[in-house]
Amino acid sequence: MTANFEPITGRYLRIDLLGKPHRVYVEEAGQGIPLLCLHTAASDTRQFRGLMNDPRILEHFRVIAFDLPWHGKSSPPAGWQNTEYRLTTRDYVDMILTMSDALRLDRPVAMGCSIGGRMALHLALDHPERFRAIIGLQAGAHVDPYYDLSWLHRPDVHGGEVSAGVVSGLMGPRSPEAERWETLWHYMQGGPGVFKGDLYFYTIDGDMRGRLGDIDTRRCPLYLLSGEYDYSCTPEDTLDAARRIAGAQAKIMKGLGHFPMSEDPRGFINYLLPVLDRIRGA
Amino acid sequence: MSQPIANPIEQLQQRVNADEKLVWRGRYVDTVFWVETGDSDWLIRVAEGRIVSVKRGPLAMPSWRFALRAPRDAWDTFWLPLPPSGFHDLLAMAKRRVLRIEGDLHPFMANLLYFKGVMAAPRPRDAAEGAAR
Repeated sequence: MTANFEPITGRYLRIDLLGKPHRVYVEEAGQGIPLLCLHTAASDTRQFRGLMNDPRILEHFRVIAFDLPWHGKSSPPAGWQNTEYRLTTRDYVDMILTMSDALRLDRPVAMGCSIGGRMALHLALDHPERFRAIIGLQAGAHVDPYYDLSWLHRPDVHGGEVSAGVVSGLMGPRSPEAERWETLWHYMQGGPGVFKGDLYFYTIDGDMRGRLGDIDTRRCPLYLLSGEYDYSCTPEDTLDAARRIAGAQAKIMKGLGHFPMSEDPRGFINYLLPVLDRIRGA
Repeated sequence: MSQPIANPIEQLQQRVNADEKLVWRGRYVDTVFWVETGDSDWLIRVAEGRIVSVKRGPLAMPSWRFALRAPRDAWDTFWLPLPPSGFHDLLAMAKRRVLRIEGDLHPFMANLLYFKGVMAAPRPRDAAEGAAR
């Protein structure tokens, strides 16, 4: 029998977010430059399991991720049963900066995917001084809804099953089967209405159209990596964003989709390592 | 010598029913849906996840819950062993506006992984296993 602990440690942080007490799940691995990772809508920190197990990354970076409230092992705030969850740009930014301060991160690298990738653009625009570099995965200025979001939250449709069904095709068809289905499992475990609530930020409130040109990459370098098979934030969306942001560096990742770090950690890390090398000046 | 298959959707019934895991995924599906492939229309009846019949149109007064409509070349691309990005998934084609998904979508959305698997079933067998399901 073999049994090995991974290098990841997870803890619960008691912290006030948005003026309310919260219990937030945080995990980390490695040491060095803090690399703060932001998961996709309706998912959680497990998406970064590949990064947190790769010694090439852990040698130079302290990889940190937290489950947003309502996600993964972070609880919703007390009284959640009487509210409809809806993620706004203002709240999302506030939570990230508050968490970064609470964890005493000194100008971390921020890396987010999907809603986290959109947030990466917001952080690059409004808070460049807080980060030493920003990496947007599957990041674009805007996504028009291409299906009726109300299907994600209604009692006569299983929310986990429909969420997984909605995102299954966003992954590269040749990404490893076990990693793809692990990624879908996270979606199947999401709480009712959380995916829909996150997409309020993604499709409406977090719209960055018309503002990308104001991002100053001299204040904080910006890297954009997007997977070829993503039809939510398409490669064209990312390349369009890169054209509008002077100094932004974009690369399209062949064969990958919307969840690069989770659907094919090995393939993704091959694209990420050169970016991390540049950030640490190697 | 057997007749060549004119439309891959003609393989749907055999392919789906031979896939026990897919049938199990759709074990609560009892519905009728409509597929347009440009060159023809198809009325597909499902009972407990099995394809009961695939009838080629035109049909007099067909009744169905929902419809999937795309040109033949889009379906042919979708049914390639490894379809290019944008044609590898039903919602990807809907986002590109080459596939229209219409009607009473409850059975479709409540069983989305199942119907993605059903429509991908005509892909050649050596296609990436489970791709886009």
